[in-house]
Amino acid sequence: MTDTAKIEAVGKPEPSSARLITTLGIAGLMAGILLAGVNLYTRPMIKENRALALQNAIFKVLPGCVEYVPLVMQQGELVEWISEGIDEEISPTIFAGYDSTNVLLGIAVVGEEPGFQDIISGIFGYNPTEKLIVGFEVLESKETPGLGDKIIKDPAFRENFTALAVEPRITTVKEGQKNNPHEVEMITGATISSRTVVKLINKALGTTKEAMEEFATSKQESDGGE
Amino acid sequence: MAVNRDLSKNKLIEEFLKGLWTENPVLVMVLGMCPVLAVSNTAINSLAMGLATMFVLVFSSFLVSIFRKLIPAQVRITTFIIIIATFVTVVDMLLAAHLPVIHKELGAFISLIVVNCVILGRQEAFASKNPPINALSDALGVSVGFVFALFCLGSVREILGNGSFFGIPLFGSDFEPWIVMILPPGGFFALGFILLFFNQIRQRKKRAREKNGSGASWKQSRYTTEYITENEHGISD
Repeated sequence: MTDTAKIEAVGKPEPSSARLITTLGIAGLMAGILLAGVNLYTRPMIKENRALALQNAIFKVLPGCVEYVPLVMQQGELVEWISEGIDEEISPTIFAGYDSTNVLLGIAVVGEEPGFQDIISGIFGYNPTEKLIVGFEVLESKETPGLGDKIIKDPAFRENFTALAVEPRITTVKEGQKNNPHEVEMITGATISSRTVVKLINKALGTTKEAMEEFATSKQESDGGE
Repeated sequence: MAVNRDLSKNKLIEEFLKGLWTENPVLVMVLGMCPVLAVSNTAINSLAMGLATMFVLVFSSFLVSIFRKLIPAQVRITTFIIIIATFVTVVDMLLAAHLPVIHKELGAFISLIVVNCVILGRQEAFASKNPPINALSDALGVSVGFVFALFCLGSVREILGNGSFFGIPLFGSDFEPWIVMILPPGGFFALGFILLFFNQIRQRKKRAREKNGSGASWKQSRYTTEYITENEHGISD
């Protein structure tokens, strides 16, 4: 070892492991305290934002809806969901929408399906008495800007979902070739994203359609009986 | 005393301007390219991304500088990352709470600020060796430079790729947007041209300085100008 290296080594002694651990521990502790504080402050606001976004989407997919009730599937039947507190992990994905006179307008269902880039999550409104899709909104998508994201913005594509028959089954056709009420015209340049939307609706309908129709019938019966 | 104060004030201004222009993180050092290319497809996104990065850089630099003598060299990078990651999470939560639309647009890129090498680079190269005021001035300069570069890129891409600026349509309905500009390749095109543009300005300034400096370097700079002009024609043809 040269003299200068010796001097440097003496001038800067190696810190003990305890000191290294303490430094990282204190840094972690301070970070934790700060994050906990910020989380405490922002959490209710984030929750509120999400609820508001969902509420707006429900009102859009069920035109005329002014009030909605979350539903859950229990043994193949839809029943009203009773919230047990603010911190529940499970959030309902099915909502019954009512108009101002408390008549059932339709049911909004949230669905997810892998798209071109990532999972597309969307909500659609279903009218169980007329068996029609009455509206569709994308909740979350990372589809290609300018191409795939037309499923959110393209008015002609959105028009497909204002009165779409669900029977026998929703199918996709090329632009300008729609002949039947159960067909959806795909967007040129966004065929995968358009198909995903239809798949998402078909998949969600597959598990909930009958239950929704039963729910509507039972509602009508109970309304008629009053 | 007054002279000393003037000197330190000059130094602070110099450190600020250095990050803004002569050592601009994007236009000169070409650092932090991931967010620069990924979320600069609209002016508002690039501005939001730039400001989020600014928040993280300024606060982390300040903290690192305050604790610089207490952090042992062996664990300094880990400590810097803890500090940076904390501020990134704070900005992520604040955006989700106050600006949910922008938060949704920027998505995962907010969390990726942690690995932006501009930030860790400033901690290692500057904040860990200088007093808090200087670190603050350096961080502000670098982040304003970053916001500026990102904003230039975002504006160009939105105007050409979407025909709008801050969401306001600029051209009539006859305008056919250059969709490629808002797609990833457009980021590279626009960045390339912006780098070309700013380097051209820099070169010109340098040449002008040399011209004023001595006659000998003037001839050389004239030669360089001709060479660059020829090259430019080559590209435009």
